[in-house]
Amino acid sequence: MNDSSSGNPLTRVRGAYSSATDSIRDRWSGAPSWVRWLVYAVLIVLALFLPADGIGSFMSPYTDWPTLLFFPIGGYILLGIGLNVVVGQAGLLDLGYVAFFAIGGYAMAVFGVKFGWSFWEILLVGIVLSALSGIILGAPTLRLRGDYLAIVTLGFGEIVRITANNTNYIGGPNGIGGIPHPPSFSEWTIPDNGLFDALGIGGVQPFKYGALDGKPYYYLMLLVIVLAIIFVKRLENSRVGRAWASIREDEDAAELMGVPTFKFKLAAFAIGAAIGGATGVVYASQAVSIIPTNFPFILSATILAAVVLGGSGNLPGVILGSFLVAWIPERIRGLQEYRVLVFGAVLVLLMVFRPEGLLPSRRRKAELAEGSGGMGSMGAEVAGPATVAAGEVSE
Amino acid sequence: MNNLISQFWPYTIDGLSLGAIYALVALGYTMVYGVLRLINFAHSEIFMIGTFAVLGMLHLFGMPSNVGGFALVGLLIVLAVAGGLASGGSAVILEYVAYRPLRRHGASRLAALISAIGASLFLQQLFARIVVPWAFDLPKEKGALPIQGHFVEKSDVIHIGSFELSNDRLIVIVGAVLMMVLLDVFVNRTKLGRGIRATAQDPETAVLMGVNIDRIVTATFAIGGAMAGVAAALYMLRFEETRFDVGFLLGIKAFTAAVLGGIGNLRGALVGGIVLGLFEMYGSAIFGSEWQNVVAFSVLVLVLMFRPTGILGESLQQARA
Repeated sequence: MNDSSSGNPLTRVRGAYSSATDSIRDRWSGAPSWVRWLVYAVLIVLALFLPADGIGSFMSPYTDWPTLLFFPIGGYILLGIGLNVVVGQAGLLDLGYVAFFAIGGYAMAVFGVKFGWSFWEILLVGIVLSALSGIILGAPTLRLRGDYLAIVTLGFGEIVRITANNTNYIGGPNGIGGIPHPPSFSEWTIPDNGLFDALGIGGVQPFKYGALDGKPYYYLMLLVIVLAIIFVKRLENSRVGRAWASIREDEDAAELMGVPTFKFKLAAFAIGAAIGGATGVVYASQAVSIIPTNFPFILSATILAAVVLGGSGNLPGVILGSFLVAWIPERIRGLQEYRVLVFGAVLVLLMVFRPEGLLPSRRRKAELAEGSGGMGSMGAEVAGPATVAAGEVSE
Repeated sequence: MNNLISQFWPYTIDGLSLGAIYALVALGYTMVYGVLRLINFAHSEIFMIGTFAVLGMLHLFGMPSNVGGFALVGLLIVLAVAGGLASGGSAVILEYVAYRPLRRHGASRLAALISAIGASLFLQQLFARIVVPWAFDLPKEKGALPIQGHFVEKSDVIHIGSFELSNDRLIVIVGAVLMMVLLDVFVNRTKLGRGIRATAQDPETAVLMGVNIDRIVTATFAIGGAMAGVAAALYMLRFEETRFDVGFLLGIKAFTAAVLGGIGNLRGALVGGIVLGLFEMYGSAIFGSEWQNVVAFSVLVLVLMFRPTGILGESLQQARA
């Protein structure tokens, strides 16, 4: 509802922001493929230099920037990408996503500590395990719709956390400590001279996973994120992605058109869970010890907020949203005990002023103009300017 | 299992009184859901505000330690009114700040859900960091600690064999059922109640019939909030302590109760609350109290698998209402 004629400065700013993002999107979709690849390459190179000290001193004056980039920022982005498959693409509301993150984390801890497996083996096992748990959760519950599904997934998240808390084999409330780091590939060091020093990453050993330096873990997370983006993007443009979109828009119609909705919903759950599990494995490999309170409900809510805030269904939006949700509370650590307070207020304000998210997908935007937003609108809608105008026409 | 058989009545009474509180809080979720199709996630914080209002009122009375007889009835009414006003008022403000602008944009329910989560975080922290230390004269870092408020000596009022009913549990059950009946009559018999039902059924037609939707939504939040406030007074009587995140788990359970009974259905909230409370207590008797919450959520999953719209079905829209 871009009511720029009203003259309200706030509305005008909002209108200007919308048209700016629109024009970028138009240019992007019209760009030839070599331009796109160039942009992708530039983005990856920029991401490689992101942990530099110079950037860190501005972005995170209170905590170690590379560690922050690994988790929460990198971790939230990866979780956001995974949850976006479930919420943004298939339109299933999942409030217990943290469960899969926990299952990945505990897979790393249990197989690493008790069986002595290496990180790369566990990464595979963790992904398979969490995908399986996604199927186990989904199979009985995916016949439910909307808010019923939301509350069941919420219950599942709590069940996983409390079970971890009550099971002695995995350490109960004390969790598991002494989780091994990933094996180091090589001791190769980025040469400590001119150019690299100026960029702030001289002297880093990017493939040596020690206890002190956060940068190698960041690069590991970056690798997983890039792989996940490629995987999810390929899915989105395939038959599976189209099936998800049709389910999200109108499940009954999709079913009538011959889309096996249950199968595809289950697939969305499994894939989302797998990405969540992968995040858990990578996170635990750096964290050394994990406890059940690392996986509270509020984390599920935060990731969901990140997805919706950025623009659910649109990958760049989701990444931006996750970054902001992870970064803002750390950046305002100077506010000490008030940071969650401010964060809550920011969430409300952003939703009030931009309910479609910061970078909504084109389709979602069209849906919003129609008033459904793909998630169904709220029941009692207040007569807005649009409906009033329609009434005046008939007069 | 033996534990359950030998202690059957205590667990049943505990389950009923717990379920009664769930049911009262569940009303707020279910009414808002019926009218707006929105999970009001911040409703748990509305309940939390109620508990602090009750506690503040107790402080005003100089923390009476053992009230009995008519004085107790009077005190309870005052506390319930205080809780109801505080919770109802803050629910109306919440709707005005966090939901109304979204409704005007025609935003998706998901956006409203995020706004609710933000509001929930904000209110929790507001109380932990600012309101509680200020109101109870505590140092800032103590605002997040639980605060006690004991005002009734617990004693058994009914004692038949192994069946013992203590005064606090009796008051909780009676009070909650009384409020539910009042609300049921209100929604079914008054003009405002008819407006709420009409809006839940079909907002567009309701507008055409001259229902002022904004007023209905405000009323829905106010009534749901007031019920949470009364629940807060009963909760303080029964559990005697509160803290800034007291609403979190209770809110989830209450929402579970609402879904269990059939969301949008007022009588369903009562049934769902009681069923949930009973299963929770029986479950903790059999598996140990650390599994209480797992039992609660497992019951939810099982019920929804076989009855996907809850025990009584969704029907704020229907005449039942």
